[in-house]
Amino acid sequence: MSDRPTTAAGPPGRPTRRTGRLHWPAVVPFFAFLALCFGLPAGALVYGAFTATDPATGDSHATLDNVRQSLKGIYATGLGGSVQLSLICALLATLFGTLIAQAVVGSRRPALRRAVVAASGVLANFSGAPLAFAFVATLGTTGTLTRLLSLDRTGFSLYTTAGLVLAYLYFMIPLMVVTVLPALDGLRTQWREAAASCGATRGQFWRHIGIPVLLPSLLGGAVLLFGTAFASHATAAVMVGSSVPLITVQISNALAGNVLVGQENLALAMSLNMVVIALLVMAVQIPLQRRSARWLG
Amino acid sequence: MKRPRPAPARRALAVGIAVLVAATAAGGCGYAPAAVTGKAATARSAADLGGMGALVKAAKKEGRLNVYALAPDWANYGEMIKTFERKYGIEVNNENPGGSSQLALGAADKRRGQDRAVDALDLGTAFMRNAQGKRLLAPYKVTGWPGIPRAQKQADGSYLNNYGGYISIGCDAHAVKKCPRTLAELLRPEYRNKVALNGNPAESSSAFSALFAAALANGGSFDDVRPGLEFFKKLKQRGNFVPVESSPATIRKGETPISLDWDYLNLGYRKELTAKGVDWKVTVPSDGQYSQYYNQGINAYAPHPAAARLWLEFLYSPQGQNIWLRGYSRPALLDRMEKDGTADKKAAARLPEVHGTPRFPTPEQEDAAKVAINEGWGKAVG
Repeated sequence: MSDRPTTAAGPPGRPTRRTGRLHWPAVVPFFAFLALCFGLPAGALVYGAFTATDPATGDSHATLDNVRQSLKGIYATGLGGSVQLSLICALLATLFGTLIAQAVVGSRRPALRRAVVAASGVLANFSGAPLAFAFVATLGTTGTLTRLLSLDRTGFSLYTTAGLVLAYLYFMIPLMVVTVLPALDGLRTQWREAAASCGATRGQFWRHIGIPVLLPSLLGGAVLLFGTAFASHATAAVMVGSSVPLITVQISNALAGNVLVGQENLALAMSLNMVVIALLVMAVQIPLQRRSARWLG
Repeated sequence: MKRPRPAPARRALAVGIAVLVAATAAGGCGYAPAAVTGKAATARSAADLGGMGALVKAAKKEGRLNVYALAPDWANYGEMIKTFERKYGIEVNNENPGGSSQLALGAADKRRGQDRAVDALDLGTAFMRNAQGKRLLAPYKVTGWPGIPRAQKQADGSYLNNYGGYISIGCDAHAVKKCPRTLAELLRPEYRNKVALNGNPAESSSAFSALFAAALANGGSFDDVRPGLEFFKKLKQRGNFVPVESSPATIRKGETPISLDWDYLNLGYRKELTAKGVDWKVTVPSDGQYSQYYNQGINAYAPHPAAARLWLEFLYSPQGQNIWLRGYSRPALLDRMEKDGTADKKAAARLPEVHGTPRFPTPEQEDAAKVAINEGWGKAVG
């Protein structure tokens, strides 16, 4: 196990490309799946975002109106609010998640590790309306903790961006713990020993070896967290309604509300904006992931 | 076996993808409406089919009714569906009971020609208008048609008011010393961190209507809902507004001790809340009376056209209308039934008292209000 190659590239001269060409039909099911489950909805999304339907005649025509409308006024505020909230949550969750994971890895107690991993796996999936209600009951204006600690006198309110960050961190920190644990395991003890035998201090090890090697995975994790926070909807909808503007809540209002009529295509345009932002974020992540694989493969 | 044949295979893949993309595009713009024929599908009244007996027989033969987004705890819908099923032996398939008007409309629109299309629709007026624009509605006049006030039905019978209610103030008398009786009182300092809506006005019709009521209470009109936004801005500034979506659960927890909502929902929660020790009082505010009715319509592409028509007949029969009444909502035939003596007097007496006749905004006024509220709400309470 210890002598496995640390680089992703195989031994030189392996005829990977030639045999690959011969067997490429094997990936047809994959591409079919991709086309059906990603291409089709994405196509419908783009088509709808650039289409307007006349409610009286049912005729459709191409238009930029939906996209234009989705980028101004309250919808621009919502997009900005979502990006801001996701950035804050991703940063904080990455920081705390990594610290917790490192504490677990460093403790070398299998029982603690099992407990943390199991708890994280459960908590990472605790979101949505139940989470919102749990927070309302605990930290709302009449919440148990609020009364116990007289939080309202400090000016704390759950129904603000700060409250929402708190609620999101509840499931995002465990998610980061689960995500970053394998990467921390990948930091070989031998590296630390080697650094120590060369006279490096603990701080120097982390500054020159640990963090640089981990950085790609940390950023990868941060991207995942950004995406999670960016796409979250139910928690915010139940907890803060529309007093914190978020694009997902606005999409849901336009798509499945009881008030706004015929806004489906505007919702698709807003979704398109989300897709663009997700793609931008992923464009940053892919080269980093490649770097990470070189060290931790 | 290993013969490499990349070119044709690649072409096949490309064609496959092209077909998928084309299918996506086609799905968006063109429908393949099934030919809706048959006696029941075109009947505009029970008489067209040869009377109620023939309608019942045809509906029983279909044996099934598809409806969408009818929450059992909403205006007594649970009892309505159960009674209908028992009376006619028709299975009611109620899809997505927690869904919204927009989803129900979508389920009717996008499933034309399918067996699982929605047979009958229960929608707010704006959504019904949209459905009418999409030619989704089959006009039908129920037996009780003449008793429904002219302002509450479309002349051609494409859709008509069914049940409705007023925006009301629900209040936990244990958590609040004195329950507010007007919207203006909600601004008092004693209601700090207490006042909530059932959702937000861009999504929930009750919250949207609460804004209308607040506008009317503060010198606004159907043409000018800004005073309503101003009112909630003030409520937020004074710390009285709680942005949590109120529900029996948040009320029980004490987080939303005052909730503006339809009177039939607030009153409907009372039984459940009383059991949990909440003294839930419901008042229709005297300064901002705003009422709204939900409508019934039949899908022109209904897979069970006779069952859909029988469902409407049942909803507008004295039996069905009294089920609404027992669920604290005001059925469209209430006045007529009170004259005929067919109304459940005990249930009618339990409705909160209101004075004057309800007025409704025109479609244009409602649309303008939606734009103003959608744009202004975030700024008011953000």
